[in-house]
Amino acid sequence: MIGVTVAVTAQVTLRGVTKVFPAAANVNPVHALGPIDLEIRKGEFFAVVGPSGCGKSTLLELIAGLTAPTAGEIEFEGHAIGDNVPEGVGVVFQEDACFTWLNVIENVEFGLRRTTIDKAEKARRAAAVIEMMGLRDFARSYPAQLSGGMRQRVCIARTIVAQPRLILLDEPFGALDQQTRLLMGDEILRLWRQTGATVFLITHALDEAVMLADRIVVMSARPGKTIDLVETGWPRERDSRIVERENFGALTSRLWKTLREESLKTMGRAG
Amino acid sequence: MSRLRLYQITVVAGFILLLEALCLSGVIDKITMPAPHIILRDLFLMLLAGRYFDEIGKSLVNVLVAFASAYLVGVIIGTILHGHKTTREILDPLFATYYAIPVFAFYPLFIVMFGLGDGPQVLIGFMLAVVAVIMTTLNGLDRVSPVLKKTARVSGLNALQTARHITLPFCAPYLLTAAKLALAYAFIGVIGSEFIMARSGMGYEISYAYTNFDNATMYPLILLILLLSIAANSLLSRWERMLLVRRGQA
Amino acid sequence: MRPQENATFRNTVVLIVGLFLFWELAYLVVGDVALRSPWQTVNFLGKLMQTDLFWLHLADSLKAFAVALAIAVILGLLIGFALGLHRLSGEAMEPMLVALYSIPKITLYPIILLAFGIGISAKIAFGAIHGIIPVALFTLNAVRTTRPILIKTGRVLKLSPAVMVREILFPAAVPEIFTGIRVGFSLTLIGTVLGEMFAAQRGLGYMLMSAISLYNIELIMSVTFLLVALAASVNMALLVIDRRLHHG
Repeated sequence: MIGVTVAVTAQVTLRGVTKVFPAAANVNPVHALGPIDLEIRKGEFFAVVGPSGCGKSTLLELIAGLTAPTAGEIEFEGHAIGDNVPEGVGVVFQEDACFTWLNVIENVEFGLRRTTIDKAEKARRAAAVIEMMGLRDFARSYPAQLSGGMRQRVCIARTIVAQPRLILLDEPFGALDQQTRLLMGDEILRLWRQTGATVFLITHALDEAVMLADRIVVMSARPGKTIDLVETGWPRERDSRIVERENFGALTSRLWKTLREESLKTMGRAG
Repeated sequence: MSRLRLYQITVVAGFILLLEALCLSGVIDKITMPAPHIILRDLFLMLLAGRYFDEIGKSLVNVLVAFASAYLVGVIIGTILHGHKTTREILDPLFATYYAIPVFAFYPLFIVMFGLGDGPQVLIGFMLAVVAVIMTTLNGLDRVSPVLKKTARVSGLNALQTARHITLPFCAPYLLTAAKLALAYAFIGVIGSEFIMARSGMGYEISYAYTNFDNATMYPLILLILLLSIAANSLLSRWERMLLVRRGQA
Repeated sequence: MRPQENATFRNTVVLIVGLFLFWELAYLVVGDVALRSPWQTVNFLGKLMQTDLFWLHLADSLKAFAVALAIAVILGLLIGFALGLHRLSGEAMEPMLVALYSIPKITLYPIILLAFGIGISAKIAFGAIHGIIPVALFTLNAVRTTRPILIKTGRVLKLSPAVMVREILFPAAVPEIFTGIRVGFSLTLIGTVLGEMFAAQRGLGYMLMSAISLYNIELIMSVTFLLVALAASVNMALLVIDRRLHHG
């Protein structure tokens, strides 16, 4: 076969990255992750699955710059990430991170803190994102008055209003019911296409990963290493109806086969 | 009006009416206590005539000084302790036991050390209030969830900005609770000390009136103190509740 | 001792040593004009405890305290149970009880004195009103917040009401009630001593106040020290039990 080189820009590169949490009172040091080699391409939708405790969240925090690797290098757009969150990176956490003392507009505008645009422009952008996330009717409500799903939407809005080039999502739909999850999945895909950002998603739901991602990496039990990389090959224009495709079942089974063994290892250790 | 409010008003009104009936019928004699409406009238006349304004003012100033110093010092110490785990753990038994100790027992000692002026009373008020402020501040700071701190870092905030834009607004309800407690304790400490031994102030006037069988002065002043402390407590509670309701923490 | 109790014990020892050092330091700075050193104080206390007068005053205080505590606990439990079981009453009365908590109760003492006269009954009444509110509030809360799932479990097991109260509801409520009694204990003690400081003819609080007129610094410091040490140690002991009840 003729080799065709397609130039893909790597946006995030991990080389030999390891994370060991140092010993604390009554706790031994924990080798949480690695060594890991990984490459996330610009503009792709990348998912990570793995058994609980395998270090998925740690991986996300390393890429976000919230914590530094014990060994190895991480680069975002060619620059090394140390202990600082690089500009252009947005994070949506699993827990509810809404500021309960601000209403929805104020929460979203907070996401523009790092930028130097003027007040009027901030208001305009916040309004646009609120519209995009379907929150217009709740703009002046407080998070306490909203459901779990809506609060998560506020957090997503707050993240994307700054137009990040890389969006990290740490099991963002973990606390939601199944129906809401599926709807949010469609919304994430829509956002991904509209913003053109790279999306990095951590999830424990295999069908969610296969439905949403271009590439999926499977992690082993702790200490987490990458043990499989799956390419879904889906077209960019897709939504939850992708589950009807023939490939869908095959891909999900492949993930589960690898994952099942790792999950058993984790359970055995915990039990 | 809700059933709850109705219930509460009925209880209070019923109690006052009961007292009134007992007094008017002579079951409670005049020497022990005048009828409620007479106490109210005497208080009204007293305030109208401006009597005891100096003494009332003096007590309130002392309460405010005790309150303000306890609040300031308490919040600062609480914030510092929050970052120093070992010191905090050592002081923990002190905080746990503090309100079981008769702080008033130190009053004679303070009189000996500082003389019979305003100092000992304010000091007792301060001592009673400060630990409640420290404990409430620590409690509030403990509850700032990790996800909020991570959000601060992702938003590029430095330590000072995080404190101003995230920690402070989050802890606002707790700071209000601390103020409520500090005011109540400062009140108890200052007025209580004036009762036991002092040369001026509301507590002293009540004590003096008691020794001189002056019910017409004593009861109105007692009523005034009750009304003032309940009013202050209710106002701060209402404010506290407003903040909690907005945040869904009620 | 469990590891957590070990840590608390160690912290308490360090704390006590620290407090004594602070006391000694204060004495060195201020001097004999207003203070005595820890050693002098304990020494004097020892001598004091050999006099009959001391035990007379102590007995009076303890008698008043014991009766006040009994009244506070019994009435507090009754009020707490009644308000806890009747939803509307509980919801309505709770904020009022909390408001009563914040008033300087010593302002009510002259009224009590007028009603009971100067003597042990007034001290008992005064101590009791201090303790009754926390016992009532904690009991009210314990009864009111009994998790419905426990009641459902009782029903599923077809337990009679009496058995349900004895085997499920009461044990579930005990930790919270005990905390109320612990707080009530301390506050009743404080109330009794406070009453004695204001107007009494016997008791430790009275001893403290008479020491001022005699300018007897040793006496002031020993009685203060005794009161603080007693209150603190009993409360710590109760706290250990309280923690065991809540986590056991």
